[in-house]
Amino acid sequence: MTIIRPYGDTTGDGMVQTSFTLPIPHSKQAEGAALQLANKMGMDPALVVHAKPMGPDFTFFVVYGRVNHLVDTDQVVVVERDYPLLTPKEVNASVKRSLRRRLVVVGACIGTDAHTVGIDAILNIKGFAGEKGLEYYRELKVVNLGAQVSVPQLVARATEEKADAVLVSQVVTQRDAHLLNTREMSAAFREAYPPARRPLLIVGGPRFDETMSGELGVDRVFSRGTTPGEVASFLVHRLVDRKAS
Amino acid sequence: MSRSRSQLGLDPAEVRRARALARKAGKPIVRLAQQHTTVSVERATLRLAGLAGADAEGTPWVNRLADVVRADLEADGGLAHGVALPVWDALLRGEAEDLETLAQKASAGSVRFRLPEGRDSQRARAAAKRQVAGGLRTIDRNRKERDRLIKRHGDAPRQPWIYLIVATGDIHEDIPQAQQAAREGADVIAVIRSTGQSLLDFVPEGATREGFAGTYATQENFRLMRAALDESSKELGRYVRLTNYASGLCMPEIATLAGLQRLDMMLNDSMYGILFRDINPIRTFVDQRFSRQVHARAGIIINTGEDNYLTTADAVEAAHTVTTSQLLNEYFAKEAGLEDWQLGLGHAFEIDPDVPESFRLELAHAMLARELFPDAPLKWMPPTRHMTGDVFRGYLLDGFFNLVGALTGQGILLVGMMTEAVVTPWLSDRDLALQNVRYVMNAAGNLREDFHPAPDGFIATRAREVLGESIHLLEQILDHPNGLLDAIADGTFGLMKRPADAGRGLDGVARKSSVYYNPATELLEADQ
Repeated sequence: MTIIRPYGDTTGDGMVQTSFTLPIPHSKQAEGAALQLANKMGMDPALVVHAKPMGPDFTFFVVYGRVNHLVDTDQVVVVERDYPLLTPKEVNASVKRSLRRRLVVVGACIGTDAHTVGIDAILNIKGFAGEKGLEYYRELKVVNLGAQVSVPQLVARATEEKADAVLVSQVVTQRDAHLLNTREMSAAFREAYPPARRPLLIVGGPRFDETMSGELGVDRVFSRGTTPGEVASFLVHRLVDRKAS
Repeated sequence: MSRSRSQLGLDPAEVRRARALARKAGKPIVRLAQQHTTVSVERATLRLAGLAGADAEGTPWVNRLADVVRADLEADGGLAHGVALPVWDALLRGEAEDLETLAQKASAGSVRFRLPEGRDSQRARAAAKRQVAGGLRTIDRNRKERDRLIKRHGDAPRQPWIYLIVATGDIHEDIPQAQQAAREGADVIAVIRSTGQSLLDFVPEGATREGFAGTYATQENFRLMRAALDESSKELGRYVRLTNYASGLCMPEIATLAGLQRLDMMLNDSMYGILFRDINPIRTFVDQRFSRQVHARAGIIINTGEDNYLTTADAVEAAHTVTTSQLLNEYFAKEAGLEDWQLGLGHAFEIDPDVPESFRLELAHAMLARELFPDAPLKWMPPTRHMTGDVFRGYLLDGFFNLVGALTGQGILLVGMMTEAVVTPWLSDRDLALQNVRYVMNAAGNLREDFHPAPDGFIATRAREVLGESIHLLEQILDHPNGLLDAIADGTFGLMKRPADAGRGLDGVARKSSVYYNPATELLEADQ
């Protein structure tokens, strides 16, 4: 068992620093309020070292203080992603080494859904959340079919491109359209391909539940906030690492 | 800046050569743009003529009308003649009393459009021109109104103008945030668009409350935000400018709406949509030229997107692609009638801070832009790529970014946030970021009076090197049989290969027929 506490300048001093804004004008009372918050956060003694009015209605504080909490490192529980997060460079290197060709990704919004936001955030070079999209990856060949692609069109194009993975985005959820469309899509791929040859099926959208992949017949469901890097890393995990092992 | 002698020792002949090469690369593109029209150019023309609103499904009437005209004339060339002649011919034939009714009847299938000939064509031409001129008069009035308000309230107190972003997705949330940002010191408010709007082939209608990481650009949202900032301008005693994005598939229409609602600056890059959004190159160049003609007329300052090159490629290796793109953007902008004061040419502070001499390199690149474009209000973009979540280091980096801004006389400074890549800016992030800008401007705002880089020093040498590489790149572009179009197709710019016969929006492009008529283009070009 290892017990630790924060370190300021002496072992065991428990010192931390924090900053926050309170929605009240700057005054002595405001500083007192900041101190109260710090105490309630477990900082005792706490010292408001800086208070600055931001406009008539807000005050910004910097607070230093000692916390009495102990951390037991043996009790730390971490939920690991079930695949490692790779940089674009690592993804490229891994694909190049194992497949010796570019990995083909076909993406689309299916059904009547015209919202390409999701698929473009993942595929377009512009990317999302500061990460470049899959087009940026040299070893990935990205075919973005855009919006309102029918399931038969998607299957045909995936076959033609010899897709390793098919990415489908669904934003519209009216009358559970996203679930119905996804089931239709996965069934069509099952029908068109023998199990061993079927491309990896990935579906994503803000309203999906990530635990539903089995029910929907896909290999992975990605929900709100997924970044291109996560998708690329998953592709490598399932398509490249599996082949290599 | 000293106009007569270069601080960087740039050879005036080299600078002239760089511009001549950009002109040579750009000219065939302009010719291509003159020879084609697009669905969005045609719809923008209908918008100038006063057609607004949408049907019950939210499809704008301009889309409905343009689509039916195109379909009716399909055997006869479709879009090739433009929509003006068939539309005003139908109005003159008494098919409907106004454009909106005509659009409604057209989508109900109760009007047939034809290409008028002879006298009918002449009459349709005159009627179209009269009505479109009305829209341009509104744009002209708005430009005068902006000048009047700047005179009455006063302009931004200093340069660079401080540019802050709001992006909640809900216009009614954006408004109080924008007003607060103005109170905190913003001279320019930019409302970021919803992700994916650039790929919509229509402009959404009305006030919108649901966007993805941004708010839809619509005419009503433009109107609401401009009215709110007019209030702020009055309250603060300085005119607060409003910015949006004229980019993507509806670039000409959004430029038109910006002119109609008195927006002040628009993001508008010549190649961004092609490279980063995979929009067809011809579509982009045609739309680009029209949108810039509208911006020129409306007195709108454009902001170009060179910062994007540095977020995808290494900022040292790709420095010359920024210069090359700036030269091309300048050529296309001036050809479309924009003046120097309207060219917010972009560049960014994106060099890896772990690279030795990174600050001197940044300074060299920024000074090069300043010297090449002495009369343009350059748009200086903060670090994003190397903001790691270490907010303390990020704050220091933003300070150095601001210092380069001060030393190089930037016109527009997008305020860097230490929480870039962590959260959307908090109230306190914005406040700290503005303190950073103010400190640097107060402490070193006039440092450039004393700062003269050694003629053979690191900075001047690097600047000359980048200009040389940029000239070399322009020569490489011109070595292609089809110049710039081929260079874009084979991936000369970054990693993106964008052939002229692929990409989004290609089916919305048509080569003009010999009887093509567009009153908007005619009036905008007469103005130049």
